[in-house]
Amino acid sequence: MYSQGLIGAGSDNTETPEFLTAFQARIDADEKIEPNDPMPAAYRKTLIRQIGQHAHSEIVGMLPESNWITRAPTLRRKVALLAKVQDEGGHGLYLYSAAETLGVSRKEMTEELISGRAKYSSIFNYPTQTWADIGAIGWLVDGAAIMNQVPLCRCSYGPYARAMIRVCKEESFHQRQGYEIMFTLAEGSAAQKDMAQDALNRWWWPSLMMFGPPDGDSLHSDQSTLWKIKRFSNDELRQKFVDATVPQALRLGLTLPDEALAWNEAEGRYDYGEIDWDEFWSVVKGHGPLNKDRVAVRKKAWDDGAWVREAALAYARKRAARAATPLVAE
Amino acid sequence: MHAPLFAALIRLADDHLILGHRLSEWCGHAPMLEEDLAMPNIALDLIGQARALYSYAGDIEAAGRDEDLLAFGRLERDYQNLLICELPNGDFAQTMLRQFYFASFMLLFWAEAEGSSNATVAAVAAKAVKEAKYHRRHCGEWVIRLGDGTEESTLRMQEACFVLEPYLGEFFAVDDVAIEMSKASILPNPQSLRGAWLADVCEVFVSAKLQAPDLTHAHKGGRQGRHTEAMGHLLAQLQYMQRSFPNMTW
Repeated sequence: MYSQGLIGAGSDNTETPEFLTAFQARIDADEKIEPNDPMPAAYRKTLIRQIGQHAHSEIVGMLPESNWITRAPTLRRKVALLAKVQDEGGHGLYLYSAAETLGVSRKEMTEELISGRAKYSSIFNYPTQTWADIGAIGWLVDGAAIMNQVPLCRCSYGPYARAMIRVCKEESFHQRQGYEIMFTLAEGSAAQKDMAQDALNRWWWPSLMMFGPPDGDSLHSDQSTLWKIKRFSNDELRQKFVDATVPQALRLGLTLPDEALAWNEAEGRYDYGEIDWDEFWSVVKGHGPLNKDRVAVRKKAWDDGAWVREAALAYARKRAARAATPLVAE
Repeated sequence: MHAPLFAALIRLADDHLILGHRLSEWCGHAPMLEEDLAMPNIALDLIGQARALYSYAGDIEAAGRDEDLLAFGRLERDYQNLLICELPNGDFAQTMLRQFYFASFMLLFWAEAEGSSNATVAAVAAKAVKEAKYHRRHCGEWVIRLGDGTEESTLRMQEACFVLEPYLGEFFAVDDVAIEMSKASILPNPQSLRGAWLADVCEVFVSAKLQAPDLTHAHKGGRQGRHTEAMGHLLAQLQYMQRSFPNMTW
């Protein structure tokens, strides 16, 4: 669903200056870097970490929404939500595959996630308490994801850029679907309006945090920008998101939970209040409401499924040893 | 209103909704990402079929009940799904075996219903038969992989057979509604599908190295609304929003 500013990407390359210059020249000429192309170790490492975090975000992001599949209010909403969560799983699959082209396995990435070492988007560490949260996530969280991901469609690494094109199309559909849920609630009974407002109150600030730390504090951004992995700064994307979202909230008749929010005529943008960066860093470091639960749930699914994966491999080996006949006749 | 047709549609719709609900519980918790895509996919098909059936049932009843009122607005005793559909998922072996049993049965059922004298039923069947074919193949493959996989998976699959066996006979139970539907050539008589279903199951079970099920002792009652203890808890989730906030647009 979204990748946050990178945390802890190091640079340990020993490549010659000529190699690095030639690589940068390819980037500057807007050439796509493909899996078998030579690339600096730090470029590879940065991408593995970013795509991995992005994939994990899709997978962990399935959990807050799947929390409402069995309780969706109508059959139409139920199938739409099921399909959406399934899409997120599909995005995870594309992204793990894109990362695999850089020489890391899905198993390794999964083990990083369930050990708690890997990062994923912090927003998924907040609980989905009401049905309106499903609307708010689609509208705000997918909306923020789109702001982050549209520029990634032009990322210098080919497999990531191509995966993003499809992902963005689906995210855009999810965003409209989420907004439509909010719209229906906002047009509904007093209880429904309250539910929508409450969800907006709880999801607004974490959504702004999705763009990562303010530009002054963002590690790695400069190098990622040079490599054309990152095209806009965190604050630029955050501003775009605010400017796009405020009118949508007004249209819903809902109030954004920010007293400092105001149109700045001179700058042609909305000013907004101070983000609670202590909360952001606390959640990033594992102390959000559900960090431990989300990882524990992923770990349980992985551990409980071990026998299934082993059986599938064992059967495949037996089958390879036998004549290739259809498993189940048509 | 055509009462037997309404009853038959509700039964079928309940089977699909309740089983789809159970399957959707796996979403985000599957043993591998591919199954996190496949299981919701099957659940989507089942719930989609339920929607078509509820909508048509609502039209026939002509009492103003739409798909949602029928799906969410009844008491437990009024749901008429097969008991096997409402059983808790158990492990992945049990989930896949149940899904295979159901898909194998529904494939035969829909294939015959494609020739229904009722055009709406025939149209639902024509779409559903394609979906059931894929479900049967996907789940049948898992039954084989797990049955003939590792020592642990074999034991788990045998346990799944043991747990589900008492719920198989209900697929073929016949009452006045079923007879009426069959006489009017609207829906197949379930009893008539028993031989072909058992043959299909046995074919997969041979590859899976599992013993053929024994249908002698069958728990019944789902069609009369006599459910297992699991059903009320399932409905507590399914109906949560409609019970908490009745008569609203979502």
